[in-house]
Parts: sequence; structure tokens; C-alpha cells
Amino acid sequence: MPDTAGQPGQATDLFSRFDDIIALRDGLLDSGVEDPFGLVMERVLSPTVAICNGRETILLGTYNYMGMTFDPDVVKAGKDALEQFGSGTTGSRVLNGTYVGHRDVEDALRDFYAMDHAMVFSTGYQANLGIISTIAGKGDYVVLDIDSHASIWDGCKMGDAEVVPFKHNDIGAMERRLRRIPEGAGKLVVLEGVYSMLGDIAPLKEMISVAKAHGAMVLVDEAHSMGFIGPNGRGVAEEQGVLDQVDFVIGTFSKSVGTVGGFCVSNHPKFEVLRLVCRPYVFTASLPPSVVATAATSIRKLMDAQDKRQHLWANSRTLHKGLKDTGFQLGTDDTQSAIISVIMPDLERGAAMWEALLHEGLYVNLARPPATPANMTLLRCSLCAEHSAEQVETIIGMFERAGKTTGIIG
Amino acid sequence: MDRAEVDKRIRTLIEPFNQKDVSIEDATSFTDDLEFDSLTVMDFVAAIEDEFDIIISMNQQAEIENYGQLVDAVLILTGKG
Repeated sequence: MPDTAGQPGQATDLFSRFDDIIALRDGLLDSGVEDPFGLVMERVLSPTVAICNGRETILLGTYNYMGMTFDPDVVKAGKDALEQFGSGTTGSRVLNGTYVGHRDVEDALRDFYAMDHAMVFSTGYQANLGIISTIAGKGDYVVLDIDSHASIWDGCKMGDAEVVPFKHNDIGAMERRLRRIPEGAGKLVVLEGVYSMLGDIAPLKEMISVAKAHGAMVLVDEAHSMGFIGPNGRGVAEEQGVLDQVDFVIGTFSKSVGTVGGFCVSNHPKFEVLRLVCRPYVFTASLPPSVVATAATSIRKLMDAQDKRQHLWANSRTLHKGLKDTGFQLGTDDTQSAIISVIMPDLERGAAMWEALLHEGLYVNLARPPATPANMTLLRCSLCAEHSAEQVETIIGMFERAGKTTGIIG
Repeated sequence: MDRAEVDKRIRTLIEPFNQKDVSIEDATSFTDDLEFDSLTVMDFVAAIEDEFDIIISMNQQAEIENYGQLVDAVLILTGKG
């Protein structure tokens, strides 16, 4: 379509704003690489292996940290609920969309976190969107880390509060912003336990202490820590001994829990009112009965998963060390989470490396700006408790060969 | 602190971010002329916030497109506008 923007009588193509990204994508595909954002899993054999393009592929980019997706108890709970309650609720949680399974999964969350209230959303994205946009209103301030997830930014954008970002994990920068907020204004500090792009954790103990000293409420997104960080798998805040000072924990079912959905848990005495005023909770259909049944079963099994946690940590440390020793540049100096992020020199070579790994039989996530910090191109690996020690060694070998083929390591 | 003083201090702060040595006028646009990306904006805003001990929220930043508007906004936020 010719560019007719600005000519009288000619329609402006609203899609012209996407021209840069279309060109970027075309440029990438013209270089002959497989589309890194269009991979199809033809069959999924286990939490760690799928068939992609007819090839058996080790999955190293699924966030399926605890490998619950094929757990026999979880699958059975889903099948039973599908048969007993049907395929979907066709309704909002506040109308016809709350079944006994929705109540059960909220009970499981209250037990898992030992908190008074739990509210389940249809996705993790909606949990952040709903809670942040609803609790921080006009005249309030949301103070958040610049590397926050898109769902947190979108929650800020949807709400009416003043939005004040600070440099990633910078306690001083956060403190200076809190200090300058006008007297009497409501404050919400939004942090994440694990930041998913580089796999680094936040100094929550120090940051929450500063936030509380300035009278702020604290929300922590623990999406990438649930199930394996902290003595009971409650996340980084638990690990650092400050969970009791967190006002709202946001989490998801689409990572360690192994299905889809999002939640917020809290001890706030007025928390239940959110079910009436939080629009992303009210104006959407609730999760299908099979999903909440699998989630409840999985969450209860995660409470008692010490062996799996230890194996996941062992896998993460082995991969981190292996890739570092092989010569790759990683997002963190030490193993801080189950995400190992490999820094690529640019998008072109990142995509080439991604494709070389796929040909080796390994799937990782290719992440590029603007999702990434500092405009980096990353190959993000997320470990699973179901990866065998042997698979992890195989993965390191695949990285070494692909890295040499593409010239990323010497 | 009058407008000239605020202008002078911001001019000094912008130097390390003005990689292409663009001449700074009131009408100089941060995105079009100075070509600031979102990371540069964050660092530049942080430098101004620390210099004047103010907060420029993202909501306020959305209203500031050029240099002159920034000087005016800082003048107001420091209570001198």
C-alpha cells in the first residue's frame, strides 16, 4: 500500500506505525533463518521433550520449572473435572463462573502461602493488570522497577496513579523517589522476585524495608520463583525472610503450577472487596473447571516437593557453570534462579544461534528489544525439575557446538 | 531560581546525553531531534530529578515533548514557576 498519510481525502493506514517492526522481521527472515517467533510443537512427549519440525527437541524455554504438566495426579484431576463440570464456565467469577473448583484452588493458594485471602484471575497478566490498576488511583503513586514485566506496566497505564520508575534493583534510586512523593499521597511499590529477562533476583529485604519506612504498600510479583525459591517455595520474599511485610503477592499458574491462570494473595483485611471493583476480574470469563482442578492439585503437590526443588537447583547450577566455562556471556555471575540468560552480540547472530540450537534439537527462548533490558538480544534458558542430569550435559554440548558454528564463542 | 537558572542547569545535565551535539533550543524535540530512546529518557529524567530533588512522573513526562516544555515543567515542580 502506498504511503498516503497526510494527503487530503486519503485514508491513513493505521498499520503504518508497525512498518519498522515489519521491516525488522522481514530482514531477519530474508537472511534465511527459521522464524524464531513461529515455532510449532507438533507433539509434546513430556515436560522436557517435544517434536518440532519432525525433530525430537529438548525443551529449555518453557518456564515449566517443576515439570507438573504431565504429573499423573494433575492430569487425572483435570480429566475428572472436565467430565464432571464440562469444558468451560461461560461466565464471570461474580456471576455464573465460580464453581467449587475455583473455591478449591483459592483454598490451595491460601494454604500454600499461609495467607488470609486469595483471588484467582484468568491469566497472570490480568492479575497484575487488575490489582495495580484498581488499588492505585488518582493522586496515588506507583513506584516500580524499570525492568518490570509488561503486565505491570500495562496495569500502571490502565490506572490513574502517577507512575514513577527507578533504575533496576537500585535501592538508592527507589528511596530518592519515595522520599520526594508529596506528603499524604498513597504509595504502591511494585517489585519482582525474579526478573525473567536476565534471571536475576531483587534485594527484596532492603527494598521492602525502605518502602515500609516511607509508608508504601508493597506488591511483589513472584511468577518466576513459586514452587522452588524459599523454604516452602513461596518465593524470593520468603527466601529473604520478608514475606510477612509484602502486602500483595502476584503469581501465575502458567509456570511452576503447569497450567494457565493468575492470582493475588494477601492478608489485607479488606481484600475481598477487590472481587467487586477489579475490572479484569469481573469482566472476563473464569478459568475452565479442568484448569482450576489441575492447578489446585499441582499447588498442593508443590508444597511437598523438596526433592524436585533440589534437582531443579542442581540443574540450574550445572547449566550456568557449563555455559560460563564454555565461554558464553551470561545475564548473572552466579545462579540466582532457574533462568539462565545467554547474552547474544546482536539480533542477527542471536537468531542464527537460536536456529543452530534448534537444529541440534534444543529449544530456548529468543528475547529481543523492547522486551529486554538495555536493548540486549538474549537466549533465555529455563530449567525444569524433570530435566535429567544427562540432558543438562547434552544441552551444554549443544550450546558449545552451535556457539562455534555461529562464531559466538571461539 | 528563575527560568534562566533552571535552563542553565538542565543544559549542563543534557550534555552527556546529547551524543550528536544537537543545538539546544526551546523547540528541540527529545524524540525527533535528540533521538532519545526510552533508556536514555529514564537516565536523563533521573539526572534532572536528582539535581532539582523533584519527581517527574511518567504521566508528566508524556506532556513534555521539547526542551522548553521541560524547563517550564521543572520550574513549576521546584515551586518557582
